[in-house]
Amino acid sequence: MLIRSRRVSEPKPSEITPEAIYHRRRDFMRAGLGIGAGMLLPPMAGARTALDFSPGAFGTDEKHTPYEDVTTYNNFYELGTGKADPARNADQLRTEPWSVRVDGACARPGNYALEDFLSPWALEERVYRLRCVEGWSMVIPWVGFELNKVLSQAEPTGSARYVAFETILDPDNLSGQRRPVLEWPYVEGLRLDEAMHPLTLLAVGLYGETLPNQNGAPLRLVVPWKYGFKSIKSIVRITFTEQEPPTAWNRAQPSEYGFYSNVNPDVAHPRWSQRTERRIGEFRRRPTLMFNGYADEVAQLYTGMDLKQHF
Amino acid sequence: MVGLLPAAWLAARTAGFLGGLGTNPIERLLIESGTIAMITLLSALGVTPLRRLTGLAAITRLRRMIGLLAFGYVTLHFLVWLGVDLFFDVSLILDDLTQRPYVMAGFAAWVILLLLASTSTDRAVRMLKRNWSRLHRLVYVAGVLAVIHVIWLTRADYREATIYALVLLVLLGSRLVWTVVQRRKVRGEPARNGVT
Repeated sequence: MLIRSRRVSEPKPSEITPEAIYHRRRDFMRAGLGIGAGMLLPPMAGARTALDFSPGAFGTDEKHTPYEDVTTYNNFYELGTGKADPARNADQLRTEPWSVRVDGACARPGNYALEDFLSPWALEERVYRLRCVEGWSMVIPWVGFELNKVLSQAEPTGSARYVAFETILDPDNLSGQRRPVLEWPYVEGLRLDEAMHPLTLLAVGLYGETLPNQNGAPLRLVVPWKYGFKSIKSIVRITFTEQEPPTAWNRAQPSEYGFYSNVNPDVAHPRWSQRTERRIGEFRRRPTLMFNGYADEVAQLYTGMDLKQHF
Repeated sequence: MVGLLPAAWLAARTAGFLGGLGTNPIERLLIESGTIAMITLLSALGVTPLRRLTGLAAITRLRRMIGLLAFGYVTLHFLVWLGVDLFFDVSLILDDLTQRPYVMAGFAAWVILLLLASTSTDRAVRMLKRNWSRLHRLVYVAGVLAVIHVIWLTRADYREATIYALVLLVLLGSRLVWTVVQRRKVRGEPARNGVT
């Protein structure tokens, strides 16, 4: 196994209590004063801003995919369907001002300016494998925080079973949304326990800097054991639901893209081999691992489920 | 000679010139070789309609050459899939041929073109006599399979597939119109207004 996988630990109570947030925020700001105010400025549209973060709990020894490849080979249909389109059309995405709505089945819904949404949480780096359903993969050092922090703070009600996500809808600027390639806005969803899993990340950066627009600025999901399209970009809304929420690719082609879409070499796809993948930068295909190599961490989420049926 | 320019262009990019092949070079090579193959195949199917339209009999001499060129580019595309992408891994090849309908369609088109290319010599034309033109009508099937190949591999954006389908429709449709008009002429019926 190539991952340096430390056992998943439950978030400590101190990570979710308001007092601790308050104190850590103080530490964060004090540290920031020492390092230099520039490091702490809120992310700015288009600009590559360095982020302040600590090494995270999950890593991998595998070679990181070069920044250039990570930021010029993207699937982000809002900015065009070609792999190079999102980088080329990146300025169509307006990330300022940005707000995130948290609503649905929870006790503390809210509509936050991005700065307020992010400020309580310390950032950490997570080096994850990304496996695209199209049969290619990358290794990316993300910067972000665990989604479960935001979800816990919103206090989901007992009836909440799923979490739905929504990408910005802005056809006036996003040329891709003016064509009906997919139903807009892009939507995704996770089961609540998947969303609460410590591997599930809300990312605001990669390679130590704020996310480039083509990678889903200013805020995106990263679910490393699922195919890349589950990791929704440029999120404006997070909703707790009782029913399984619709997801963009499932809506477009339900026979090919299931709600779960866990990386699974045993579920064949009519377009691409899921048994193997090409790691960007490598010549030969390599075997695709169950749950993208994160089986030790996430397999227990699916005990008793037929994953060929719930693909 | 003009027909070899796409090959030279692709070779130059593979060697890293003209911007190279980008982040996923093998995927790019597959896509580009497929595009060239498709355009050449449609060009081969365009020779006869063009001759009928212009009345230039000399164009027919190009038909075999363009047809063989199409076979060459489809073969190149086939070999990139077989040898570069799948690296001759038999189990992966069988996976593709049994699980992916678009691969089946593309493979069938290549088999047809292989058959046609191997019966494209003057000797084969003489030996097969009338059957030769019957056999070579299979190129229409290859064209249809090639377009189906692209439609089935398309994930969501059908712009390119639509263009190929429309071109094929015009090229095959023109033959149908031509045949109908010829039959009328033979039967001595006057052509209707607008159809001459």
